[in-house]
Amino acid sequence: MKRKDIIRIIGVSGYFLFLIISLVLGFNPGKEIGYNFGSFSLDMLKILPGAFILIGLFEVWVKRETIEKHFGEESGVRGYLWAILLSSTTVGGLYVAFPVAYSLYSKGAKLSVIFTYLGAAAICRIPMAIFEASFLGIKFTAIRWLVSLPLVIVTSMLLGNYLTKRNYRITVGK
Amino acid sequence: MYLYLVAGLALLASFLVSREKTLQALKIAARRFVKILPAFLTMIILVSIVLFLIPDEVISKYLGGSDKFIGVIFASLFGSVTLMPGFIAFPLSGILLKEGVAYMVLAAFTTTLMMVGVLTAPIEKAYFGMKVTVIRNVMGLFIALFVTLAIGVAFGEIFS
Repeated sequence: MKRKDIIRIIGVSGYFLFLIISLVLGFNPGKEIGYNFGSFSLDMLKILPGAFILIGLFEVWVKRETIEKHFGEESGVRGYLWAILLSSTTVGGLYVAFPVAYSLYSKGAKLSVIFTYLGAAAICRIPMAIFEASFLGIKFTAIRWLVSLPLVIVTSMLLGNYLTKRNYRITVGK
Repeated sequence: MYLYLVAGLALLASFLVSREKTLQALKIAARRFVKILPAFLTMIILVSIVLFLIPDEVISKYLGGSDKFIGVIFASLFGSVTLMPGFIAFPLSGILLKEGVAYMVLAAFTTTLMMVGVLTAPIEKAYFGMKVTVIRNVMGLFIALFVTLAIGVAFGEIFS
C-alpha cells in the first residue's frame, strides 16, 4: 500500500512539473493538457460540493429501515423501479453516481439494485435523453432505452447474485 | 443550476429542524469528499491527457470512414476511453449524422461513452474494487454492442 502511494505522488508531481515547465517554455501540447485539466476541474468543482452536501444530508436524515424497505432484499421489483427513477435525476455523470450508490449500499440497498442504479444513471438521465433525442431523433433514443434498460437490469441481477453468493463487501478507500 | 437550488433548500430545511444534525451532515459531506479526492485527481489527469491525444477532429475522421463495421469498432474504442459531457457528444453526433455516418456507429459511440468508463475507473475502483469495475464495464460494452445491433436493424443499416 505504501509503495503505491509513493508511485502515485511521483506520478502526480511529475505531471504538474510537466505542466509548469510547458507553461514557462511555451510548449504547446503541455499547455493544452494544462488547459484541459483546468476546465475539467472547474466542471467537477461546480457539481461535486452540491452532490456531496446532498449525500451528507441523506446519511443523516434517511433511516436505514427506509432504504432497506425500498432498495433492500425485500424490495422485489419495486427496488429496481426506484433505482431507475432515482438514476434519471442524476446530475453530472457516473462520477456522481458512484458516491450516491455507495451511500445507498451502506444504508442497506442490495447489490443488484445498486448496479441497476449505476447502469441506469449512465443511460437514462432525463436531461441527457432529451438532448440526445433532439440531435439523433426520438426513434434512436427509444430503441436505445428499450434495448439497454432490460439488459442493465438482467446483468445487474446476475452480477449482484454472483457477488452476494461470494460474500462480497464494498469497502471504500481500499 | 438546479442541483444547488435543491441542495440549498434541503440544507435550509435541515437546519431549521436540527442544527446539530445539519452540522453532522456537512462534516460527513466534507469527509467523504476529501476521501475520494485523490481518485478524482487521477481521473482528471487522465482525462486531460486523453482529450489532448484524441480531439473531436480525430473522432470525426475515424467514425466517418466508408466501412460502418470498422466505424463501429473505432466508435466503441473512442467511446470507452474518452469522457465527454452530453452537451458536446450529442451535437457532435448530430453533425456526424448529417455527414452520412451510420446510426449504428453513433449508437456504438454514444452508448460506450455513457456505459464504459475507462477514465472513471479510478473512482469506481476506489468504491467497488478492481474486479467489480472490470466486470461492470465489460458488461457495459456488451450492452452497447446489443444496442448497436438493434439500431442497425431498426434503421435498416445492417444488411445493406
